[in-house]
Amino acid sequence: MGALLDFSFLDDVRRMNKRQLYYQVLNFGMIVSSALMIWKGLMVVTGSESPIVVVLSGSMEPAFFRGDLLFLTNYQEEPIRVGEIVVFKIEGRDIPIVHRVIKVHEKENGTVKFLTKGDNNSVDDRGLYAPGQLWLEKKDVVGRARGFVPYVGIVTILMNDYPKFKYMILACLGAFVLIHRE
Amino acid sequence: MNTFLSRLNTIFAFTLSVMAGLTFLCFLSTVFNDHKTLVSINTGKIIVKSVPDYSTSREKNDLGFVVFDVHIFNWNVKQLFLYLTAEYTTQNHKLNQVVMWDKIIRRGENAILDYRSMNTKYYFWDYGNGLKGNRNVTLTLSWNVIPNAGTLPKVMGEGSHRFAFPDEYSHHGLQ
Repeated sequence: MGALLDFSFLDDVRRMNKRQLYYQVLNFGMIVSSALMIWKGLMVVTGSESPIVVVLSGSMEPAFFRGDLLFLTNYQEEPIRVGEIVVFKIEGRDIPIVHRVIKVHEKENGTVKFLTKGDNNSVDDRGLYAPGQLWLEKKDVVGRARGFVPYVGIVTILMNDYPKFKYMILACLGAFVLIHRE
Repeated sequence: MNTFLSRLNTIFAFTLSVMAGLTFLCFLSTVFNDHKTLVSINTGKIIVKSVPDYSTSREKNDLGFVVFDVHIFNWNVKQLFLYLTAEYTTQNHKLNQVVMWDKIIRRGENAILDYRSMNTKYYFWDYGNGLKGNRNVTLTLSWNVIPNAGTLPKVMGEGSHRFAFPDEYSHHGLQ
C-alpha cells in the first residue's frame, strides 16, 4: 500500500530508458487500435452499427436487467417478425432502445412496419416514438438481439451514472499501461 | 512483485477468468437444445367490429375479439417469454403478425399452462380493414428463451389453429 503514497511506483518509469518508454507508448497504441479493429470487425461480420450493447433501462425486466450485455446482428435479408427483441433508434433520442416486436405489417415488396413494446411496460412504444410516428421501419433498427450475457456491462452503467468514475478508470488504466513494466 | 495490490490483481483476474469459463460452459451445455413442445390452441367466440382506433387515426379499423384455450405440457427451460401470434394476409399487406397475448414464465414458476376461456390480452387491431371476412387467420404460440447466458432462440410451438372472422361487423358488445 505504501507504494501508492510515496510514489515509489514511479521508480519504474525513472529506471526506463528512452527505448523502453517508446515501447510502452507503442504498446498502449496497440491495445487501443486492436480494440478499435475488433469493434469495426464485429460491425462488418454482424452488419450492425453497434454489435454489442448494454441494457440501460429496466423496461425489459425480468429478461434483461440494467447492465446486461446483448450481442446484436442486423442482416438485411432476415425478416423482422413478432417476438424478436430489436434495438432501434428514434429521431431526437440519443440512446437506442431495446424492446420486443409485437406487431408486423409487411407488404409484397418487402417494406415492413412494426410496433414494439417493453416486456415490463404495460403499453406499447408509441409514446416513446417521435411525435406523429406510429410505426418503426427497417431503417430505424440498429440490430436484433442474438446473444445475452448478464452483468458484464455494469461497469458501463457505473461510468454512465458517475462520469467522475469514468475519468478515474480511464486515467488508472492509461497510467497502468504506460508505467507498468513487464 | 509480491505487493498487496499485485496479489489482489491476480486474484481478481483469476476469478474473472473462472467465471467467464463457467459461463461459457453453461452456454455450451444448452446451445443444442431445441426447446420444442406440443401446443394445442382453440378459439371460442369470434367477433369483428368496426371501431375507430384513436391511438393511431380517426379511421375505423377492424378489431377482432378471440377467446381461446391453450394447453402446454412439460416445459424444460429456465426463463421464457411466451406469446400468441395471429398471422394473416390482407389485400395491402402480404404478411401481418399481431401478438394477442403474452406471458413471462420465470424459473421456478409453474410452467404447465392450461388456460381455458381466456380473453386476449391485447386488442387485435388490423392496419386497415382486413379482418372482416378474413377466412384465414392462423394462431400460433411461440416462445423466446431467455438463458442465463447464451443465445436467445425464438421457437414456434408445434400445432396451430386456423379461424375465420365473420362477414359482418358486430354491433353489440362483446359476450
